[in-house]
This record gives sequence, C-alpha cells and structure tokens, in this order.
Amino acid sequence: MPHDDHSHSLLPSDPALRVKALETLLVEKGLVDPAALDEIIDTYSHKIGPQNGAKVVAKAWVDPDFRAALFADATSAVRDLGYYGRQGEHMVAVENTATTHNLVVCTLCSCYPWPLLGIPPGWYKSDAYRARAVREPRAVLSEFGTTPAPETKIRVWDSTAEIRYLVIPERPVGTDGWSEDQLADIVTRDAMIGTKVIEAPV
Amino acid sequence: MSRVHDMGGRFGDGAIDPNEPDEVFPQDWHGRALALTLAAGGLGQWNLDISRHARECLSPKDYARFGYYEKWIAGLTDLLVENGVLTQEELSTLTPAPNSPLQERKMLAEYVAKILASGGPADRPSDIPALFTVGQQVTTRVHGNTLVDGGHTRLPSYARGKTGWIIAHHGTHVFPDSNAHRLGEAPEPLYSVGFYARDLWDTAENPEDEVVLDLWQSYLEPA
Repeated sequence: MPHDDHSHSLLPSDPALRVKALETLLVEKGLVDPAALDEIIDTYSHKIGPQNGAKVVAKAWVDPDFRAALFADATSAVRDLGYYGRQGEHMVAVENTATTHNLVVCTLCSCYPWPLLGIPPGWYKSDAYRARAVREPRAVLSEFGTTPAPETKIRVWDSTAEIRYLVIPERPVGTDGWSEDQLADIVTRDAMIGTKVIEAPV
Repeated sequence: MSRVHDMGGRFGDGAIDPNEPDEVFPQDWHGRALALTLAAGGLGQWNLDISRHARECLSPKDYARFGYYEKWIAGLTDLLVENGVLTQEELSTLTPAPNSPLQERKMLAEYVAKILASGGPADRPSDIPALFTVGQQVTTRVHGNTLVDGGHTRLPSYARGKTGWIIAHHGTHVFPDSNAHRLGEAPEPLYSVGFYARDLWDTAENPEDEVVLDLWQSYLEPA
C-alpha cells in the first residue's frame, strides 16, 4: 500500500484542535454529517453500555434455559434480547466458578464487546493493562482489590480475533429470591471484564 | 507496523489505575474522534484490519506518547490520505477541494442506529478444511506476517513458538494478515487456543493458570 508518511503531523498537534480540524475539513468536503457524529456519541454515551451486559448476566443467573442457550451460542442468545451490532458480532460467554476465574484483555489493541459493555474504560485500553494482564493476572487483579484463591485457576482471554468475550460472574450469596432487575443492578462492568467480583449485598 | 503495539507480557508499565471518570468520553474530543473514525470508515475505503494496521504504523515514538484517541485520529488521518480521500495539501491548508466522488457515501444521522446495530460479521464461507480438533495439541509459528514483511498480524509475539491445545473451533473467519494489506479476505479456520502460563512465561505467577488466544489455522502446526 502506498504510504505517505505520517500525514497526521500536518494537523495541529493539540488533540482537541486536531480532531476539530479534521472534522471541519471532512464536513466541508461533504463526507461527514456532524449530526451523525452526535448520534454516534449519544448512542455510546446513553444507549449502549454495561447496563446491557448486566441484564444478560442477571438472566443467566435466574433462567436455566437462557443460561444453557448463552453458553451454547452467546451470539444468538444475546441477539434474542436485542443486543447485537458493531464489535459484538461473535460473542462467547465465559463463566466464573469456584475453581476458575476469567479475565478479558486485548493485548494488541482494545477489542471489547461494545453492544453489551459499551466503550471500554481507560484502564482497559492502557499500556499497563494490555502488557500485564496476560503475564501477571493475579498482580493485576490485586490492583482492583480482587484476590482469587491460589488454587483457583485464572484463565485470561486475549481478544486477538473478532470473538468478543463476556464474563458471567458468580452470583453472590444473599441474593436468593431477587428479581432479575434487582440482580442486574448489582452487576458491574468490571465484573463482566473479570477484574472484579460481585460482593454479597450487606 | 512498528510492533510497539504488541505489548502483551512486556515489563515496566507500572500499576493500573482502576478508577475512572464517570463519563464514557472524559473529554468531548474523545467522542468526536471515535465518531469521526466510524463515520469515515463508513465511506467504505478501507476495512477494519486496514484501520488497525494504520494505528500500528504510527512511529513507535508517536504510539508511545499519544493517548488512546490521539492514536485513532492520527491513524484515521493517515488512512484518509493514503486512500486518496484527502490530500496532504488539504490537510496543510484546511481547505477542502470540491466535488469529492465519495459524497454520496456520507453516513447520514438517520442511518447511524441501523449501521451500528447491523455490525460487520467476520465469518465467511471457506473451502479450507479444519485441520485441528478440540483438545488437540498445537504449536504456534515463530514468524509474524508471512505474506508481507513487517505486515499486520494477530499472532502476538509472546505466543509465538508456543505449544497449547485447541479449546474451540469458531468456523472460518477473514484472515487479517491478508485483509489488512488488500490481499483478499482469505477466510480460514479460527480457533481458541489455550496455553499454560508455565509454557508462556519464564516465571509464571501460577504455572497452572491459562491464557487463551483466538488464532487462525495458518498460525498453527500440529504439536
């Protein structure tokens, strides 16, 4: 591929100004609709986020048929709940148990299940997380206050293809009889990435 | 690509700060950068693998010093010029030339929801038969991209020349090593492959822990 080295250096160096300059140029050129940009930002700020994944987890906890469908074919199971789209075309659910703790990373970039969790947090995209999660997951987890037992196996999923992973955390004790909505409220983004567990309610 | 992005297992990065601002986009320009990247991608002049490769082609110095969305916007700018959507002169003068033939491909606001919801699956039919079965031992190749010297690949350095086992077969998927360089989608079998920590690292935290990677058949040989 022809490669004009580093055209980006022609734009202002301040990142906010750089983005603004590029947007203005593309809008004036008739290639970008600024209202479309607003719509994309609104979608990922308000409509698509970890609240979606939380509903999937809560349903998996209370509905054995859904749980079975989710582990058999997560893409279809979550699509039936209305969760599908960019960066969630090929889903796999992985289950935390008493003997296995799952953790998701993308060491090469920042792959993440957007339709279920939204846009990844800053730490997920950080060099430190990408570099360390595969080599020293227990040290990484301890920085999140998570300390699996030494005999618990850690399984780290490095998202190197277009398969996207959702961790199904362990349901905390003390939540018997809770409704799906109540359960969804205690499911956190970090628990669905695997850096945290869900604490029992006090 | 520069390889600086291939940081799995690297030493020296320090602690992670798990605390986050509440906002999805802590700065307004973060959201603009993401949205602009998606909208410009909708012009159809490149694919996802080309887009990833563009960010990997940032100089190591830029890759290290740029923040996350700075990398996106720099990669996007370079792609726009490489693909003839913009010229360097337009960037330098911030003055657009008229009558771009791509105007009819502009992503309009009313189609955004539908476009984001329809996604872009990476599985494709392929004549290449699956050579491996679940449970089988496999060894990863030691080379990166074998089609283009220094080219894009999704086989991280830390997992090269290592032996693991097939955990799952995901059907046949677009092969990034080819697709990132416009050499065709070249779909082939994709597998999840598990490795013991003791087989990846000089000193594993716990030898029985596992790392799983999604790897294409070309990356693998029978162990």
